[in-house]
Amino acid sequence: MASSALASFWENLKGLPHRLRDSVLRHGAPTSDRARSQAVFSNFFLHIHATRVHPRSLGLTATFGLGVALVSQFIILTVTGVLLMVYYKPSVELAYDSIKDLHYVVPTGRFIRNIHRWAAHLMVITVILHMARVFFTASYKSPREFNWVLGMILFVLTLMFSFTGYLLPWDQLAYWAITIGANIAASPNELVAAMGLPEIFNVGDLQRELLLGATSIGQEALTRFYLLHVMVLPIVMTIIICVHIWRIRKDGGLARPEGCPTAAGKGVGAPVSEALPPSVAPTKTYGLMALVRDKSPYTGKVMDETLPSWPYLLRAELLVFMITMLICVALGLLFDAPLKELASPDIPENPAKAPWYFLGLQEIVSYSAFVGGILIPTIAVLGLLLIPYLDRESEPGGVWFSGRRGRRVAIESLVFAIAAAAAAVGIPVRYGWLRTWFPDIPQLFIIIVNPGSLLTLAYALWSLWIIRRFNSTRMGAIALFVCFLAGFVILTYVGVSLRGPNWDFYWSRADWPVH
Amino acid sequence: MSGRLAPEPVPRRDFLGMAGLVSAGVAIFGSILGMARLPKPRVLPEASSRFRAGHPAEFPPGTVKIISHRNVRILSTEDGIAAMSLICTHLGCVVTETPDGFQCPCHGSRFDTEGKVKQGPAPRALVWLSVTRAADGALVVDTAREAPPNQYFKV
Repeated sequence: MASSALASFWENLKGLPHRLRDSVLRHGAPTSDRARSQAVFSNFFLHIHATRVHPRSLGLTATFGLGVALVSQFIILTVTGVLLMVYYKPSVELAYDSIKDLHYVVPTGRFIRNIHRWAAHLMVITVILHMARVFFTASYKSPREFNWVLGMILFVLTLMFSFTGYLLPWDQLAYWAITIGANIAASPNELVAAMGLPEIFNVGDLQRELLLGATSIGQEALTRFYLLHVMVLPIVMTIIICVHIWRIRKDGGLARPEGCPTAAGKGVGAPVSEALPPSVAPTKTYGLMALVRDKSPYTGKVMDETLPSWPYLLRAELLVFMITMLICVALGLLFDAPLKELASPDIPENPAKAPWYFLGLQEIVSYSAFVGGILIPTIAVLGLLLIPYLDRESEPGGVWFSGRRGRRVAIESLVFAIAAAAAAVGIPVRYGWLRTWFPDIPQLFIIIVNPGSLLTLAYALWSLWIIRRFNSTRMGAIALFVCFLAGFVILTYVGVSLRGPNWDFYWSRADWPVH
Repeated sequence: MSGRLAPEPVPRRDFLGMAGLVSAGVAIFGSILGMARLPKPRVLPEASSRFRAGHPAEFPPGTVKIISHRNVRILSTEDGIAAMSLICTHLGCVVTETPDGFQCPCHGSRFDTEGKVKQGPAPRALVWLSVTRAADGALVVDTAREAPPNQYFKV
């Protein structure tokens, strides 16, 4: 007995490598379409994908790979972020020095910080482009409404990530950004004061205190923003990203028009003949693993000329990931991430500008703290978030601007939105605003009637008028979205290029006063 | 249900099951409420809002002194001594002095020499602060206590 047990032990030892591998992977390299589906279906990490994809979804113009680029950027940010945490010290005394150490002393520290910064900026751009792609191809429509909502949450989370991130070096940018951010959180107070309500309604103070952990800015504030940036936001974002991707599969894959051309004759991916003819489908579950043209997968139907995700989708994803890496690495090699002077509570820089993606916000905040900092952003996000529930015109999606009519609405809205935004910025610069005209006007009017709120109202009315004119909610949605994008771009441009010291208007940086 | 007793409106097992669910819900909700209390501090980790600005003799009439780490401007006139906060009432940046008043570098608010809003998004005038004297005669400014505008502390 002893010798045979010993023999089997020897056998087990010899078989260890392949048994270990089999127990982890459960399948060998897939050789048939069915095995390929199964490889995706039964792998924990891959199963948030569909097992089969339509060739159209793999084409460049269907998505431009923007969603996968965002996941790639998130992965790059996570890895570089963890590396930066090795040296970063979240203390008001040490934070700035630890960033300098990273820049000048730590091996590859400067490079990793540069990549982290450029990936973050790319993510803000990509999330907007991704949102625009999904919107203009009508891919938010039933049954994908909730995934659009998740996408909007991810958009807001991305901005929160950016904000909490640039506070951490504790330089001048960080200190005054926290000051302004915390005071925006407290800005409902100005409305309470203007309406003459008792101080009990000052919810702003509570919000400010929860953000800062104090009434003034110091270590508590840095600790809280650090906690948000490295712990709370990553956990929330990871979960929502997973649900967002998983819902693509559950909502029936990427939106595409009925009867759109398939791989046959288009040269995308492999010839369709490689897909199994339905008569050979060997098991019931095979049908469940296949993605077919409808809201839910089901059996007994032709496979709709889809391709297995393994390897076609995975290969496309790897390609997008490598391109994203390439861009981040190239930017990281070419441009250093900036670091301003050490935080000084005595005096902000002049002009004190936020990073570019918040300068549109800074422009409307310069009209009113509460309306520009809280009310308009809330209305904008809610307005976008609710689009799929307010525009329920049925459409399979996948066609840019939903055709010629939508293209026309988009162009008209673009012209209107640019003109309205230019007027909103230009009129106060040229002629002043309420306080210049009526010095004794009640503060409530100044808060509520400002160029930002009038611009928002103009955009909303324009969209309603488009709905009426074309008798289509989809056209109204296109108008609203174009207005949002154009307003964002114009206000951002004004904040970046046309505002100088004391937030005064200058056509060129060369006109800035020298002191 | 045997007929000996009328059927209970809610069967006993269902009732116990529901009671279990409800108590679990209450416990989870209650602990979330309890946890939400933690981030609001009870003790504020910061310096006192009152500080000594110096002896009145250091401020002969006509003196203007900016105490930069407190962002307070002390003004001494024949009427007495006053303190004004240099923190913009819009979003908390520090204003700089100009020949005709003050201006904010962040969002362009402008104030006149008394701190009244002339232009821009600031919702109210710059805040005048309470000035008192300590037992040894030094001036004490409290950045958390407002004083009416143009109120000068007689020395």
